[in-house]
Amino acid sequence: MKSRTALIWAAIVLLTVLPLWFAAVPPAEPGSTAPEPFSGADGRAQQAITTIAPDYKPWFAPLFEPPSGEIASLLFALQAALGAGVIGFWLGTSVAREVRGKESAQDERAD
Amino acid sequence: MHIMEGFLPPAHAIAWAAASAPFLAWGLRSMGRSLQAYPERRMLLGVAAAFAFLLSALKLPSVTGSCSHPTGVGLGALLFGPAAMVPVGFVVLLFQALLLAHGGLTTLGANVFSMAIVGPFVSYGVFRAVAALGLSRTVAVFLAACLGDLATYITTSAQLAWAFPDPVGGFGASFAKFAGIFALTQLPIAISEGLLTVLVVNAMARFNAHELRLLPVMALAKGRAA
Repeated sequence: MKSRTALIWAAIVLLTVLPLWFAAVPPAEPGSTAPEPFSGADGRAQQAITTIAPDYKPWFAPLFEPPSGEIASLLFALQAALGAGVIGFWLGTSVAREVRGKESAQDERAD
Repeated sequence: MHIMEGFLPPAHAIAWAAASAPFLAWGLRSMGRSLQAYPERRMLLGVAAAFAFLLSALKLPSVTGSCSHPTGVGLGALLFGPAAMVPVGFVVLLFQALLLAHGGLTTLGANVFSMAIVGPFVSYGVFRAVAALGLSRTVAVFLAACLGDLATYITTSAQLAWAFPDPVGGFGASFAKFAGIFALTQLPIAISEGLLTVLVVNAMARFNAHELRLLPVMALAKGRAA
């Protein structure tokens, strides 16, 4: 069980890291520049829309846009931290509860 | 899977919002009833929501040389039913639309439909089907989370192809193009999400057996998980 958990973690890390070396960045579409390596798929889709429908004009703009890439990554990090914090709290209380359960079981036997 | 702000024609934007709204109402009701009946599940619902928050913030590199993110909604769908994840996905997407300019308010309906409706419902269906075949919980959870994630990105591709059919090849050519951007990129990421969901479910089975005893994810394939 323990070793299988480690194996799963290793697979996740490899799946995430290996593409950095083995990815093929697609060639430039006719009429547009080559995409930046490892740019977001959402942005690529946006680019594809402009090649399919060059006349399409977005009819609504975001109300607020992060003023820079740094601010955007701050907000993404904040989102991830919120999620990770809650998961960490759950794991912490769960482990503590398990330990306490074992201790009280031992105490009962000792009595 | 985020369709950017303003990048769906108004008719499509309104139609997707109208399609998503009843699911959102259903999800809120189902979530409320579940918590009223089982208040001890509040913590785990929080964990499922946190999992979606965390995973959808992580943009991972992929084999196509671009980056995309997992959705994290499969876990909650398996635990609390697919409807319960609609409000959770809605909150995540609203957060990203308002603060990150990622996705948008006009495309919120379409994005909710792909990430918070199709994803969880496919996950739940796959889980039920795999469990009915008598395979282990690990296999069922992995396939459910992985295929639900992929289904979300295929839905986004179809939504865009429908709104922007290729002038020559129509819907099909356009769908192939968008699926090449989204679904292909998503393959390794969906596998990662499936594996990660297995780890969390295993941890829950160990630590929260009492709260989970009545949930289908524990009951269906019980005893077969290694």
